[in-house]
Amino acid sequence: MEYFIQQLINGVTLGSIYGLIAIGYTMVFGIIGMVNFAHGDVFMLSAFIALILLLIFTQILGLGFLSIALFLVLILSMLLTSLWAWAIERLAYRPLRGSFRLAPLISAIGMSIFLANLVQIAQGPRNKPAPTTLTGVFTFGDGTGFTVTLSHRQILIVAVTAVLLAAFWYVVQKTPIGRAQRACEQDRRMAALLGVDVNRTISLTFIMGAALAAVAGLMFLIYYGVVHFNDGFVPGVKAFTAAVLGGIGSLPGAVLGGLLIGLVEAFWSAYFSTDYKDVATFSILVITLVFLPSGLLGRPDVEKV
Amino acid sequence: MPGEGERRLTFAAAVKDAAGTGLLALGLCIPIIAYRTHQDMSNRLVLQERWQFVAFAVLAAFAARLVYLLAPSIALKPAPRLRMGGESGAAVTVFKLVGLVLLFAYPFLTIAMVGPAGAIKWVDNFAIQILIYVMLGWGLNIVVGLAGLLDLGYVAFYAIGAYAFALLSTHYDLGFWVCLPLAGILAAFWGILLGFPVLRLRGDYLAIVTLAFGEIIRLVAINWVDLTRGYAGISGVPRATFFGLPFDDSEEGFAAFFGLEFASIHRTVFLFYVILMMVLVTNWVTLKLRRLPVGRAWEALREDEVACRALGINTTNTKLSAFSLGAMFGGFAGAFYVTSRGQGFVTPESFTFAESALILAIVVLGGLGSQAGVVVAALVLIGGTELLRELDWLKRIFGAEFQPTQYRLLLFGLAMVLVMIWRPRGLISHRMPTVHLRQRRAVRGDLVGEGHG
Repeated sequence: MEYFIQQLINGVTLGSIYGLIAIGYTMVFGIIGMVNFAHGDVFMLSAFIALILLLIFTQILGLGFLSIALFLVLILSMLLTSLWAWAIERLAYRPLRGSFRLAPLISAIGMSIFLANLVQIAQGPRNKPAPTTLTGVFTFGDGTGFTVTLSHRQILIVAVTAVLLAAFWYVVQKTPIGRAQRACEQDRRMAALLGVDVNRTISLTFIMGAALAAVAGLMFLIYYGVVHFNDGFVPGVKAFTAAVLGGIGSLPGAVLGGLLIGLVEAFWSAYFSTDYKDVATFSILVITLVFLPSGLLGRPDVEKV
Repeated sequence: MPGEGERRLTFAAAVKDAAGTGLLALGLCIPIIAYRTHQDMSNRLVLQERWQFVAFAVLAAFAARLVYLLAPSIALKPAPRLRMGGESGAAVTVFKLVGLVLLFAYPFLTIAMVGPAGAIKWVDNFAIQILIYVMLGWGLNIVVGLAGLLDLGYVAFYAIGAYAFALLSTHYDLGFWVCLPLAGILAAFWGILLGFPVLRLRGDYLAIVTLAFGEIIRLVAINWVDLTRGYAGISGVPRATFFGLPFDDSEEGFAAFFGLEFASIHRTVFLFYVILMMVLVTNWVTLKLRRLPVGRAWEALREDEVACRALGINTTNTKLSAFSLGAMFGGFAGAFYVTSRGQGFVTPESFTFAESALILAIVVLGGLGSQAGVVVAALVLIGGTELLRELDWLKRIFGAEFQPTQYRLLLFGLAMVLVMIWRPRGLISHRMPTVHLRQRRAVRGDLVGEGHG
């Protein structure tokens, strides 16, 4: 039982990270109908940005308070990652609007290859161990056999995710920006006729997705303590799986999908084998796309000419 | 700004705009370029400042933007259309013949020029490697270029071919010539097997599912240690023989049989002709199929699937035939790879997503659907990479640790983006529908509506 609860905690932590990345996929797909293949690599890039910022604050500026440093790193890496996402959208996706179906996806794949190799060249091909932060744990249990541990970083990850999701939900549901986004999602041309700046709204969508990916990047860094230039690929595909599983285009779906994927991964590793945990996720992706393409919370998509 | 048309700018405005781009580049370079993380002796990360690279990137962005703004006509002028592949003028026929003769003479030309020892590099590293990628490119071209199904897991079939050959020959003691067709058939079978579930998917979803399949196959190859020996890989796969005569210095060897002095170049030259024949057969089959109903159906499927179905074309069979045929050529290439460049050794590391992306880059940059385009793209991308390895003077300019080849995927990725923006039908050549109504129309990507690409 303790083992089960322990895996539940691990799964929820992982799931929060996947959920944060999945929102970027689901929003972009909702608004312009493309799979932003480079999103996983934007996430990886943000983890590197966070790592370097953390080192700048602790080593060069000598900031003693870890909590303040982490907070500043979070804000700055969200800003810098958003800048990257804005530039990518501007350069690689916007000129392709109205091009043939596969053009944006091929462009995104090119961008993904570019980003992964840029980081590899700029930062080297080796694993980068982050300075250890937040090592404290709470321990529950009676001391016989298994005990459940809940580390401070797990609490931080889940709490930050929850707070940011709430803030984000508010932006999408209650503010003019969110209203413009939902309008563009329903009918881009009509929204443009009614005075919504469609290009600006799409840029904003990319920026919001990237900002959340940057949060996920910092959380990934804190949780695993290590980052590698190829780390965008598998978490990216898993987050995309989460977005599809939850129903692509649906925000609560992305979070739900992320949590489910995190739980599946944790329990699969715990009860079956760690070797095949990625195979399990990829199989979920295939099965969902083939048999349940509209996901758990999504609307069925009508095929249009 | 890209895509905003022929707006002429005054010089001052252009400089101002370009300065903005430079500023953006500065923002992007901090901190990912400006600081490099290093592990010191105690395995702790330390930062190293590299502002000179940032300055270079900012200047490059500024200059590129300025040139782009002041010379918009260069970028937007439609490039001259090369009529290759589809056309059959007298000049093209002569060109093809000369090319073929040169190809067949290539090993002997290199031996004559640099001697047998030096020629191995030029035949093996250059010719054989390029031809393998041409074959893979043509195989993928059937799926992506002709049928319009974006396959991101093509390397899976390459892997299946390679593993099929390695396992069959080590477990059942079968020779190369028996295994080669078996590997192709097995890959085609897997193509159908993996093709079935994705039949109802279109566009992006299909691409993602094929990507997942490619990764699953690789992960199984890594983790099914009993069968594939995991990361260690399968070694000692028997090398290709000259129809039963091994390439060694024994009494029954190829050299002794023909009364030649033993040299390792014999095997390389033989393998060159094998892959050349395989490539020519691939091309011949593809060109023939393109004129058959199934080929027409592929192109129709690429242009518009809904219209295709409305016209009564069986999209199931059409997609499956494209998938399995492409997979078969990938399987052939995989089996050949093990016996030639793989040196009888196969590991899952050779079949990563990067490999799929590289093959896709060849097809996309060459021009979706164009046979000649794939050849030129493979020549430039693979041959160019190999040439970069040879250039020592680059090291003298940029320092000893400068490795030009590590930039190749970076450049390929960027090239894929730029090609999609400016020449979505391909950089080198493009393929228009074989059958057309009244007039052939070549349409630029930005004029094509969604779903009609």
